[in-house]
Amino acid sequence: MINVVNIRKDFPVLTTTVYGNPLIYLDNAATTQKPECVIRTIDELYRTSNANIHRGVHFLSEKCTEKYEQAREKIRQFINAEKKSEIIFTSGTTGSINTVATSFGERFVSAGDEIILSEMEHHSNIVPWQLLCERKGAKIKIIPFDDKGILRIDLLDALINENTKIIAVTHASNVLGTINPIKQIVAKAHLYNIPVLVDGAQAAPHENVDVRDLDCDFYTFSGHKIYAPTGIGVLYGKEKMLEQMPPYQGGGDMISTVTFEKTTYAQLPLKFEAGTLNFIDAIAFGVAIDYINQTGRQNIINCEHKLLEYATQKLSAIEGLKIYGEAAEKVALVSFLLKDIHHLDTGMILDKKGIAVRTGTLCAEPLLTHFGKTGMVRASFAFYNTFDEIDVLCENLEKISLMFN
Amino acid sequence: MTVNEKQNKIIEEFSVFTEWIDKYEYLIELGKNLKTIDEKNKTDQHLIKGCQSRVWIDAEYVDGKIIYKADSDAVITKGIISLLISVMSEQKPEDIINAELFFIEKTGLQENLSPTRANGLLAMIKQMKLYALAFNVKKTKYD
Repeated sequence: MINVVNIRKDFPVLTTTVYGNPLIYLDNAATTQKPECVIRTIDELYRTSNANIHRGVHFLSEKCTEKYEQAREKIRQFINAEKKSEIIFTSGTTGSINTVATSFGERFVSAGDEIILSEMEHHSNIVPWQLLCERKGAKIKIIPFDDKGILRIDLLDALINENTKIIAVTHASNVLGTINPIKQIVAKAHLYNIPVLVDGAQAAPHENVDVRDLDCDFYTFSGHKIYAPTGIGVLYGKEKMLEQMPPYQGGGDMISTVTFEKTTYAQLPLKFEAGTLNFIDAIAFGVAIDYINQTGRQNIINCEHKLLEYATQKLSAIEGLKIYGEAAEKVALVSFLLKDIHHLDTGMILDKKGIAVRTGTLCAEPLLTHFGKTGMVRASFAFYNTFDEIDVLCENLEKISLMFN
Repeated sequence: MTVNEKQNKIIEEFSVFTEWIDKYEYLIELGKNLKTIDEKNKTDQHLIKGCQSRVWIDAEYVDGKIIYKADSDAVITKGIISLLISVMSEQKPEDIINAELFFIEKTGLQENLSPTRANGLLAMIKQMKLYALAFNVKKTKYD
C-alpha cells in the first residue's frame, strides 16, 4: 500500500502553488516529477564525483564509470533483459526510435519495403520511420484502431507481406491510454520473422515490463516520464539484432580503434553510445529505478489503477463530457472534451486554478484525426496524485461548463 | 482614437476586475461577440496554425486604414483577438507597424504571450504587422 501523504513529501515540486492555488499536477504522461533522491543524486554527483566515464584511469573517472554501469544493470533488471549489453543509453524514446529507424533501416530496409505502424502512435514513432522511408523509397502501412481506441490486430495479417521489414507499435497510447497486446503482436510478427519495436514511453512508468516475456526485438522508453531526469532514455535491443546493425553515430565511446583508413567499433552497448554520454542523468535514472523498486512496482500499479478508475467514473458523470479511449486495459490517463468547449479554453481556465493538464494535439495528430478532432484535454496520473485532486479537477470542469454556456 | 489611446482604454476597462476569473469571463464575452471573418475566407491562406488552436486573420485596406477581421476555434483566444482588433483595426499602416503593445501585460494577460500559446497572440500580432507592412509598401508604390 502507498501512503500518499508520505509519498508526496518525496516530490518537492508538489508543494508549489500556482496563481495562489496548490499545484495539481495531472500532466504526468508528458513528464513526471522527480523525487528528492534523484534531485540530490544529480547535485551530489556534480559536487563530488564528476569525471568523464570509460576512458579515464583516475579515481573519479573509475568511480563514475562504475556507477554508470550499475545504472545500466538496474535498468536491465527493471525490464528483465537478458544481458546488460542489450541496454543502450540514449537521449530518450525519440532518440531510441531514431537510432533503430536509422541503423536498422540502413541495414535492412530498401526500396519497395514496408514498415507497419499503428494509427495510435505519437509523432516520435511516426516521423523517424517517414524519414527512413523517404531515404529508402519504402512505405508505411497502418494498423487502425476502433472507436473505443482498441487496436484492430485482427487486421494485422492482411498488412503483413514479404516486404514487411519491421513493426513499430506503442505499448500504451499517450492519448487513449490503451495498453496494446504486445505479446500477441510480437508472436504474430515472429511467425513471419519480422522484428517488432515497442514504444514503451507511456507503459514503462505504469506497467510491469518484461522484454523477454514480450519477446520484442526493441523496447524504448524515456527517463523523464519515469521519475528520472530529462535527456536520458533507453533503447533495449536483442543482441542478435544490435550486432547486425551499423552504429548510429560516430565518435567518442563507440570506437575500438581509429585510423584514417578504417575504424573498428566498440562492442555492445558502447557501439551505440557515441560521444560523451549523459552519465550524470543515467546514474540518476538508476536512482529513480531504485526509488520505484523501494515503493513497489505493484503498489504503484495498484494505486494508479484506482486513480484511473475513480477519474473515469467522476469524469463520466459530468454532463456533456466525452472520454476518448475506452479500452478495458488502460494506463492512468484520461483524454476528453467537455461539450463543444475548445480544449485550449478548458486548459487555460484549469491552469488558472493551478491544475496542470495537457491540451492540443498531444503529439498524435493522426490519432486525433481518427476522431475528427484538432485537440483534446488530457489528465494523466502518477501514484502521488490523490482522489481529492480528481475531485477538484471535476468541480472545475463543471464550472467551466457553465462559464462557456 | 490612436493605438495608445485605445490601449489605455482597455487597461482602464480591465482595472475594474480584481479577480482573474472576471477578466476571463469578460474575454469569453468578447470572444462570443467578435464579428468574425467570413466562413469562405477561413482558408489556409489566412490560417495561423498551432498545436493549441487555429486562428484565421484577414485584412483590407480602406481609405488609408487597415481593417482586420479574425476568428479562432477557441473562445478565450477570440476574446484576445477582439482586444487586438480594437487596438489595431482602423489605424494607418505606419501606426500599426510602429505600435508597441503594452496593454497585454498591463491587463495581466501576459501568460498568453508564452511560446506554447504564441500562435494565439504573438503570431497574430506578427501577422497583423506583416499586413500593415505589405499595405504600406503598396501605398508608397502607388502614391
